[in-house]
Amino acid sequence: MSVADLTFLALLLPFLGAIVAPLVTRILGHNAAWALALVPVAIFLHLTGFSAEIARGEVVTGGYAWVPSFQVRFSWLIDGLSLTFMLLISGIGALIVLYSGGYLKGHPHQGRFFSFLLMFMGSMLGLVASDSFLMLFIFWELTSITSFLLIGFDHQREAARRAALQALVVTGGGGLFLLAGLIILWNMTGISQFSLLTAFAPQVKASPLYLAALILVLGGAFTKSAQFPFHFWLPNAMEAPTPVSAYLHSATMVKAGVYLLMRLYPVLGGTPAWQIILPVFGAATLIIGALLAVRQTDLKLMLAYTTVSSLGLLVLLTGFGAPYAIEAAALYLVAHCLFKGALFMVAGSIDHETGMRDVTRLGGLRSAMPLTFAAALASAASMGGLPPFFGFLAKEEVYAALYAFDGRAIIFAALAVVGNALMFAAAFAVALKPFIGKRVETPQAAHEAPLLLWLGPAVLALMGLAVALLSGTVHQLITSPMASAIAGEARVVTISLAPHFGVPAALSTLTVLLGIGFYLRLARLRAAIAAALAAIGWGPDRGFDQAMRGLVRLSCAVTRRLQTGRLDIYMTATFTLLAVVLIVPPFLYGELARAPVFPQDIPLHELAIMAIAVIGLVAVILAQDRLTAIVSLGIQGFSVAVIFLLYGAPDLAFTQFMIETLAVVILALVMTRLRLSPSDHRPLRESLPDAAIALACGLGATLFLLKVTQAPFDTGLSDFFNQYSKTIAHGANVVNVIIVDFRGTDTLGEIAVVMIAALAILSLVRLRAGSLRRIADNDPDAEEASR
Amino acid sequence: MRSLILRTVAPLIVGLMVLFSIFVLLRGHNEPGGGFIGGLIAVAALSIYGIAFGVETVRRAIVFHPLAIAGAGLMLSTLSGLVSMVFHVPFMTGLWIYPVILGEEVPLSSVMTFDIGVYLVVVGAVTSVALSLEERGED
Amino acid sequence: MEPVFSLLTGIFLTIAIYLMMSKFIIRMLMGVVILGNAVNLLIFTSGRIMREVPPVIGPGLDVPAGPVANPLPQALILTAIVISFSFFAFLLVLSWRAYSTLGTDNTDEMRVAEPDGTPLPPLGY
Repeated sequence: MSVADLTFLALLLPFLGAIVAPLVTRILGHNAAWALALVPVAIFLHLTGFSAEIARGEVVTGGYAWVPSFQVRFSWLIDGLSLTFMLLISGIGALIVLYSGGYLKGHPHQGRFFSFLLMFMGSMLGLVASDSFLMLFIFWELTSITSFLLIGFDHQREAARRAALQALVVTGGGGLFLLAGLIILWNMTGISQFSLLTAFAPQVKASPLYLAALILVLGGAFTKSAQFPFHFWLPNAMEAPTPVSAYLHSATMVKAGVYLLMRLYPVLGGTPAWQIILPVFGAATLIIGALLAVRQTDLKLMLAYTTVSSLGLLVLLTGFGAPYAIEAAALYLVAHCLFKGALFMVAGSIDHETGMRDVTRLGGLRSAMPLTFAAALASAASMGGLPPFFGFLAKEEVYAALYAFDGRAIIFAALAVVGNALMFAAAFAVALKPFIGKRVETPQAAHEAPLLLWLGPAVLALMGLAVALLSGTVHQLITSPMASAIAGEARVVTISLAPHFGVPAALSTLTVLLGIGFYLRLARLRAAIAAALAAIGWGPDRGFDQAMRGLVRLSCAVTRRLQTGRLDIYMTATFTLLAVVLIVPPFLYGELARAPVFPQDIPLHELAIMAIAVIGLVAVILAQDRLTAIVSLGIQGFSVAVIFLLYGAPDLAFTQFMIETLAVVILALVMTRLRLSPSDHRPLRESLPDAAIALACGLGATLFLLKVTQAPFDTGLSDFFNQYSKTIAHGANVVNVIIVDFRGTDTLGEIAVVMIAALAILSLVRLRAGSLRRIADNDPDAEEASR
Repeated sequence: MRSLILRTVAPLIVGLMVLFSIFVLLRGHNEPGGGFIGGLIAVAALSIYGIAFGVETVRRAIVFHPLAIAGAGLMLSTLSGLVSMVFHVPFMTGLWIYPVILGEEVPLSSVMTFDIGVYLVVVGAVTSVALSLEERGED
Repeated sequence: MEPVFSLLTGIFLTIAIYLMMSKFIIRMLMGVVILGNAVNLLIFTSGRIMREVPPVIGPGLDVPAGPVANPLPQALILTAIVISFSFFAFLLVLSWRAYSTLGTDNTDEMRVAEPDGTPLPPLGY
């Protein structure tokens, strides 16, 4: 197998794993995690094979034709950016699979959970590997759908269902914006592959549609990456089991929006619009997320809001456009995946072992859960930006990027310092508070988490330390290629743990001091923010509920207006439209028929029969009793039969004759039995508009037919039938030959319709009265019960 | 409708009409007529028979359930189309044979059997409707 | 002759539509029957009118001698007549069933499937 085939297989493997996961879990129980973790491990190993090429700054592409007629390819693009993401997804994915094995041990649907999780992994890998726009969009929406399934995993709780739907509506809806944006880019350049798009960057930026494309793409990225004001779905998504929160809602999926911004940075980035919109929204998200995080007492919610905050910082950096900003974004993204994934798993372990997630009712767990405590502390140190952890490097680089002596930079640097300090406080509130102090009673007696539960956080925390110590190698293999891929030009990341002094270090120290201050005043800070929020009293989360209710009400009202359930309204609408369609276009386009020339030599008997037909028609309308109505109906039908006979259609005449007879007979049978009155009970105010519409239709049809018959007639088909009826089909009656030979397949369909109509009629006639009543009650439950 | 005159004349009329319907069916290829018209004439005949003697008598007289007749007709028509498969020509291609029966060349064709199928469908389906409605009338 | 037929078709269509806009099923049914005739006349007229000469090839000939009526619309109408009859019969039985079950022939009162004043669908999740 070639490398391309293996890569394709690697992209497919999670989905194959998802298929077998329930079966494996049924056989192995929670230990299936060990077997299923092989899937991400195999992908991880395959991907490390690319690292040498990527470190040299090369790009690996491959793929297959997918929809050749639209030049759509199933193709992947592996560069520093996507490789980093894929390594994080598969690496953390392996740990998460193991963690889920312990976390959901004994859950009746653990197999389903593994299946959803692997499906998500496959979607996320596909998303970051995609080279083609459409493939990216499809995987983008697939991550939304799998995230919906995972958040709503505990679907018996309404809160979980609501959170799942909310995430789907927000992120899936954002995906549609993204699609529109990508299509604009596609249209602008004729290119549908990211790898080829960079060359068109000047053309895109100069295009009048640039702003539209940018805003639409941002609509996708901001919803996915929970930027203010779309941040509300992310904390709600904490209804999901903790492995999902750790994986989707901190390490991977929520970064998809940031990934997209980074991927499109060389094409869309660097313009004034980009450098205003992104930092402003990013900074707002950073501050609001951090404030809301400090306000929470639930471990997972605190972490969720700090994730929002971190995503804001990433967007801010991606849009900032200063030296080091891209490098800082790359470093911070990797660091965040490591420490936030670990902290979420720690929170889950505490919850799992104690049955309690409220930080104010936890304490003194350090002796009961030493390993978890160690992992928590290391991760929090990384998150707080303390040396010697990776988070420290990231934060130094962030300040190096943000600090400058102009007004704009000072504002953003100040906001970043406050946001980071708040995150520092939140990090230690999660990682320190539950473990120190006096032991607090919890619903379950706390003890150390089992291997499957502490392994993940421990590995991630150690990684946070190791990559900082080995920063030179890591920069060469991961962060430099990633920053280069984002920037679209070679970048070298150099920051290390070596002591250095300057403004960034000072800002970093200030952050830590401020963070310690916030940590010590946490309770007061929390009360102040809660009071402020209560004063505002409305948030986008409530807005979402209001919007959903409004949507239901609106669609209900519209449906009731359009589908009144009253047949005469449907009829009136249909025929009004028919009249408009028949009459208006000829006037608009000057296609009116010429004044007709009525022939003067119509034989009297023909005029008479037409007059009889019209008399019959009028009599049907005026009839006051059943007999008159039926007879009048018969008169117009027989007149038509005679007209057919007079104008060279004996077959039609005979058929019409027989049919009219039968129709009159069965109509009489039914009408006499039902004692239905044929007369009209319409008041004049209804019958006049009805008559007007009917007249308009009739007039329109006449005009239409006049125009049609004035056009030259193409006799090609008729000549064909006349010519070959005898010579090929051996029949002298051309009409019959058309029916049974030339157009025999049509006739076959028509007699099948006759047959089906007869079957339907027979079953209607044979219905028992009892079954009819049940249908009339229209109560499926009662029907079900009576079976 | 228990009229004595109708009851006396009905068998004769009905017999003649059914015969006429088959005549119309078979001549349809060369003269006005065909499966649809023939079938409707036969339905009219059966309806008259039903009016004279009651629905049960008609059901006994035609032996099979009307819908079974219609089904058989639909199948005959479909098979007439499928015969062409044996000869590797497209579906519904007309096929003709001219066997000599009693010294007379008789043209037979898949087109004719198709038309007979149409006839049977019309007879079966419409009779079934008419009979079931008449039956309800006697309730 | 076509202008006369156009006018006739228009009259048929007017009457059919007027009947179909009634609220009473039996009048709607009669409208459907007339609508069938109107459409057949429409097809017949658009195929151009030719007096008295049916499209039948005389004995011993291979093609019709002289102009004949257009066979194509006739073939279309022939099947249309039978189909519209089946349709009419079905509608008739359906409305009879509806009448005997619901006790009304007024479509405004046939509200089993979509009753008035149904509550809003659930607003929760």
